[in-house]
Amino acid sequence: MDPILSVRDLVVEVDTGSAVHKVIDGVSLDLYPGKTLGVVGESGCGKSMTALATMGLLPDRFRVAGGSIQLAGEEMTTVKPSRLRQLRGNAISMIFQEPMTSLNPLLTVERQIAEVVELHQQKSRAEARDIALEMLRAVQIPSPEARLAAYPHELSGGMRQRVMIAIALACRPKVIIADEPTTALDVTVQAQIFRLLRDLQMDTETAIMLITHDLGAVAEMADEVAVFYAGRSIETGPVAQILDTPAHPYTRGLMSCTPRLKLGAQAREPDAGALGEIPGMVPPLGRFPKACRFAPRCALADARCTHDAPPKVALNDAHAALCWHAKEEAFA
Amino acid sequence: MTPAPATTAAPLTGTAADTGSQRDTPHGNLVDVQDLKVHFPLANGNVVRAVDGVTFKVARGASFGIVGESGSGKSTTAQALTRLVDPVSGSMSVGRHSLSGLTGEPLRLARKDIQMVFQDPFSSLNPRLRAGKAVREPLDLMGIGTREEREARVDELFRAVGLHPDAKRLFPHQFSGGQRQRLCIARAMVTEPQLVVCDEPVSALDVAIQAQILNLLKRLRQEKQLTYIFISHDLAVVQNICTHVAVMYLGQFVETGPVEEIFANAKHPYTWSLMAAALSPDDRDRGRERFTVTGEPPSPINPPKGCRFAGRCPFAQDRCRAEKPELRKMGKDHKVACHFAETLTPPLPELALAG
Repeated sequence: MDPILSVRDLVVEVDTGSAVHKVIDGVSLDLYPGKTLGVVGESGCGKSMTALATMGLLPDRFRVAGGSIQLAGEEMTTVKPSRLRQLRGNAISMIFQEPMTSLNPLLTVERQIAEVVELHQQKSRAEARDIALEMLRAVQIPSPEARLAAYPHELSGGMRQRVMIAIALACRPKVIIADEPTTALDVTVQAQIFRLLRDLQMDTETAIMLITHDLGAVAEMADEVAVFYAGRSIETGPVAQILDTPAHPYTRGLMSCTPRLKLGAQAREPDAGALGEIPGMVPPLGRFPKACRFAPRCALADARCTHDAPPKVALNDAHAALCWHAKEEAFA
Repeated sequence: MTPAPATTAAPLTGTAADTGSQRDTPHGNLVDVQDLKVHFPLANGNVVRAVDGVTFKVARGASFGIVGESGSGKSTTAQALTRLVDPVSGSMSVGRHSLSGLTGEPLRLARKDIQMVFQDPFSSLNPRLRAGKAVREPLDLMGIGTREEREARVDELFRAVGLHPDAKRLFPHQFSGGQRQRLCIARAMVTEPQLVVCDEPVSALDVAIQAQILNLLKRLRQEKQLTYIFISHDLAVVQNICTHVAVMYLGQFVETGPVEEIFANAKHPYTWSLMAAALSPDDRDRGRERFTVTGEPPSPINPPKGCRFAGRCPFAQDRCRAEKPELRKMGKDHKVACHFAETLTPPLPELALAG
């Protein structure tokens, strides 16, 4: 199957006025219909910038400086603004982290969903209203007829995020980028939203890019995973391989520092002690190490890691890691 | 950054008199809260019952976790304990301080023994204060020690939380989020408090930094024999750092007990729903049917008459909607507020087996 969204060697630069830095440095990703790609990593690793570049929503002073982004074969990096507006919200849409700030507080729920279909599908106001109602039902908002007239401030956080999802899905996009869609929500609501996204995906064959820092969310939602570190994708592969046999020391570190819930008999076992730690932090922009960017925090780093950029090591057809020690790690 | 070896300072000589430590009774209770209620009046005459009758004790040296979703009242409970909000009724004592009626100077002095770490390390540090001054300020305000003693104490705390004392001259914006939270922890510990109230201290941090801070808090509690009240929405975090846990829903505790007991043998359907919703990177069986509850918590303005969870509980019966369940004993130290706690079978396989 061909990917519906294909990112190749993407480079995004920011001009800070005094210097130009590469925020994204050669990232490649593929999204397939009906599948979910989990993009994980700490803040400052370029996850959200990759999403914004794909959507043509890079902030001022950021620009795509290399590589390509193809949506159903159409090049997004050079597309005209008028065409981009046709695609955005239609063929590709985005769900943001903050349902509080990404809805218009002055418009009713009906208007915010309806305007998408009026704009992209030339529906009449009455038709658009029906679609808005249908979408509210699809995202399981209770008493949807009454909610059409509600304003965002009258809704809870979970309900607002459902409205965001309804807007994102209204035109049946081929690709949805969900940037930390449940981070601001409670766990029981997160479970509901994830289940909803999965059910909707099954019906519509939408490809989802799920950006998250939570490996639990990755295990729950993703088919494929890309782990980001300091502007690079440092490990990619099927979800079970990434989580069960991580090859990159950074991925291993993330796994070891995530606290696990132990239930039943396991809960009575003596405390395993301290969590695993990755020392230090993600280097700030402009201070990325030259060779392996993770080397200063890596227990396995040796002279080679600090002098020569690590190769992309294929562990099998589907699983690859950017690390001199990838093979030792996976089979350790 | 490598955590510096922590040292235990000699107690500071206080000019704020009568601050003698009571750590000589290691098995007594440090915190005693009885029927705490915090209500916020609204302009339209309604009342938000944020905390609505909470009773608990925390032993010296324990780490007492309060878990629940947003709006459950867990943060308000924490703020009431530090008297950042005023309760409408109930009593609270920490050590020898009876906090409920305390005002003015005695309240200010009591805060030497009760400190707080907040969720957001960005907004809880004054951007115009250098890091060293921010950490030293509680000592300055309490008039503890000489100038040299205070500086030495600040240096020691910087090392204890894994920061170099040279960083004292920097401003908060020059630190990362994780480092800022280390500063907030150093500031909370500097007066040698007996109780540290941590309100979601790792929720705003990335997972790698979260692990560093959790390990730090754990180590400091052991080294300094501190007592924590730890507010979190994350069960795995609570299990990692707490010795006791209370599950809070809509202003009330629905289940309390030692962590081993609660996580092995939870009895309340709301606790089950939180456990079932927790995601694990080790879970490969996502197709399976999970126990989920529908809907969202009702409004704390007009809470349901009977069990407050009844509207979302798949096991609810007529009695649940009519009659409020009391928090009652279900074995040693384990309390549950559910009419059917004895008869319900947990919908989580791990718990059902442990029974």
